[in-house]
Amino acid sequence: MKKILEQIRGNKWLQLGLLVGYIALTSLSLILAQRSVAAFLLLLLSFLLLYYTKLPNWSKWAIGLAIMFFILPFSAMQGPAYQEYMDVATLVGIYVSMALGLNIVVGMAGLLDLGFVAFFAVGAYTYGIFATAQASNFMPFGTYPLSGNSFWIFIILGCFVAALFGVLLGIPVLRVKGDYLAIVTLGFGEIIRIVFNNLDQPVNITNGALGLSSIAPPKIFGIELLYSNQIYFVVLFILLFVIFAVRSLEHSKLGRSWKAVRENEIAAQAMGIPLVKTKLMAFAIGASFSGMMGVVFAAKQAFIDPTSFTMLQSINILVMVLLGGMGSVPGVILGAAVVTILNAQVLNELTMWFNSLSTAGIITLPDAMSPVKMQRFFFGALLILFALYRSKGLIPAKNVVYDKQKFLSEKGTKKRLQSVAAPKEDEHGHTGS
Amino acid sequence: MAILEVEKLTKTFGGLTANKEISLQAEANKITAVIGPNGAGKTTFFNMITGVYKPTSGSIKLRGESIGGLKPHTVAKKGISRTFQNIRLFGPITVLENVLVGMHTHLKAGIFGTIFHLPGVDREERIAEREAYRLLEYVGLEEHYNDEAASLSYGSQRRLEIARALATKPSVLLLDEPAAGMNPKETADLTGLIQKIKQEMDMTIILIEHDMKLVMEISDYIYVLDHGELIAEGLPAQIRHDKKVIEAYLGKGAAEEQEAEG
Ligand SMILES: Nc1ncnc2c1ncn2[C@@H]1O[C@H](COP(=O)(O)OP(=O)(O)OP(=O)(O)O)[C@@H](O)[C@H]1O
Ligand SMILES: [Mg+2]
Repeated sequence: MKKILEQIRGNKWLQLGLLVGYIALTSLSLILAQRSVAAFLLLLLSFLLLYYTKLPNWSKWAIGLAIMFFILPFSAMQGPAYQEYMDVATLVGIYVSMALGLNIVVGMAGLLDLGFVAFFAVGAYTYGIFATAQASNFMPFGTYPLSGNSFWIFIILGCFVAALFGVLLGIPVLRVKGDYLAIVTLGFGEIIRIVFNNLDQPVNITNGALGLSSIAPPKIFGIELLYSNQIYFVVLFILLFVIFAVRSLEHSKLGRSWKAVRENEIAAQAMGIPLVKTKLMAFAIGASFSGMMGVVFAAKQAFIDPTSFTMLQSINILVMVLLGGMGSVPGVILGAAVVTILNAQVLNELTMWFNSLSTAGIITLPDAMSPVKMQRFFFGALLILFALYRSKGLIPAKNVVYDKQKFLSEKGTKKRLQSVAAPKEDEHGHTGS
Repeated sequence: MAILEVEKLTKTFGGLTANKEISLQAEANKITAVIGPNGAGKTTFFNMITGVYKPTSGSIKLRGESIGGLKPHTVAKKGISRTFQNIRLFGPITVLENVLVGMHTHLKAGIFGTIFHLPGVDREERIAEREAYRLLEYVGLEEHYNDEAASLSYGSQRRLEIARALATKPSVLLLDEPAAGMNPKETADLTGLIQKIKQEMDMTIILIEHDMKLVMEISDYIYVLDHGELIAEGLPAQIRHDKKVIEAYLGKGAAEEQEAEG
């Protein structure tokens, strides 16, 4: 047995073969089964397996994209639970993006933010207000609701408006540190929700607690995107952009300065890193991911009200980051997927299963003990377990491994950064020894 | 020519005067040492120059330009860099990345360029990586470039702090007890390194150090603080025989040693 495992670990062709087999098997069972959550989850698991194979990066991406764009939607399409699966997959995409945004703030820059859902709300309301008749209450020009064609512009708008709110939050909040920062952000999250709840007077902007309904669905080439299987692709594109962006940021000047500020503010400043600006950038960029997905969420649900943006949601997103691994991009993706699927699917399924057992008279489960109602309990227990036994999360953050051949040999690097006091070129050769 | 001119710099913490009207001139391409017993106010002096503390009074001039009270990151940008007595590395990131952080102000990458990998950004990054690696070679840490900074030995961490400070391309380098915690061999290597930096990089260095052998060996000029006050200044040979210094700083035992030597 051990031998077989070792062989698998060493041989990437074998890994590729097994992986393809696994994907074929799970997608086939998803196609054949009328309705099987297990098959759906097993197919999703192939992403994790893919992550752990030793294949080169580009082929990992190619396989991953193939699953996301073709295999998953196609296999799900065959059964009656198609929209349900795609709904879960869409939610996963939304939460993964948000968790990646929060990961920038909490994981990379080390700023504990307990009110992160506020930016999601800002994005959602930005679209919600203008894609319903609501905007005509206060806008002096234009006719509302705007059509679903405007959705695409609103994704970008939501991104910027949320970033602006991130900065607005950041300016007062950055005077405080540590525990106090957490408390102030918690307050900010609640304030945003309460403002949305009460901004129906004197001018009705948000329609208060009644919320906004019949928000225009996104429209492209005259087609309205009404169903989860359509929104799924919108989310997928944004998600891919978000992953691409965090990946680029992580190993850039800005990403390094976030980590430097997180590790030691005084040393970071001594290296010329402006503290306030760097932290504000973290808030703004983190918020912008959340804002974009807020727009999508509003369009997908067609209805939003302040109860979608409670503190519990903020905690939920934080749990995704902590569970996955603070500062770790793959970890956070996994954490968000696990939490979302637990929330949206597994707990529901378990409840249904228990219910069917109790109607069959096999066990009797009081209603208060049903898995859905115990959601908080599960997450609480999960968090405690992780804090105790795996405090760095499911996939702990890893450092980039640089390849010196790459930067030493690259052409054009003879040029140096404008330098005042760098060592002279010819002295390098023998200084290392 | 003095690159850094400090005049009557004072810092009080409540009732405590940590620095009292300290004046100092750091000559270009020279090593200026600041010595004194524990609690004399040496680190406080560095903290004021680098903007960590706002001076209570007095002035700091870099090439004639006043930099007193500026933010630390602005001071760094103007060309003053430092190491820390209590090592302040970015522990969990790699040795190479620590040095790359030091290059912050010399990288032009903006947010959009970074996200969309505009051509200049990736190239600039490569160049920075190469330069960071060169600096690691310079301080003798190139083998560890992919290791976590926190995993380095104490002496290596101090060297990494120097490499990181050099990465900012400073015109004045402040070293706060660089030899603290080093064994004699490491201290000897460090002595060589500091001299090399001075000569090869035309660096102006201000050095706080308790290791008298090191100080006397490499300093061009020495200032002595005690209880926040400047009690003596001069060439190493003068300081070595200054009564006030021997009494206040070196103590009786060391004073006898001095006589035995002389
Ligand atoms: N932030 C601060 N608040 C209050 N007092 C301080 C502060 N920083 C330093 N001090 C005090 O100022 C005095 C000088 O401290 P400083 O750290 O500058 O001494 P030092 O010469 O560097 O000593 P050492 O050789 O031990 O490093 C000490 O009495 C110290 O307690
Ligand atoms: Mg000190």
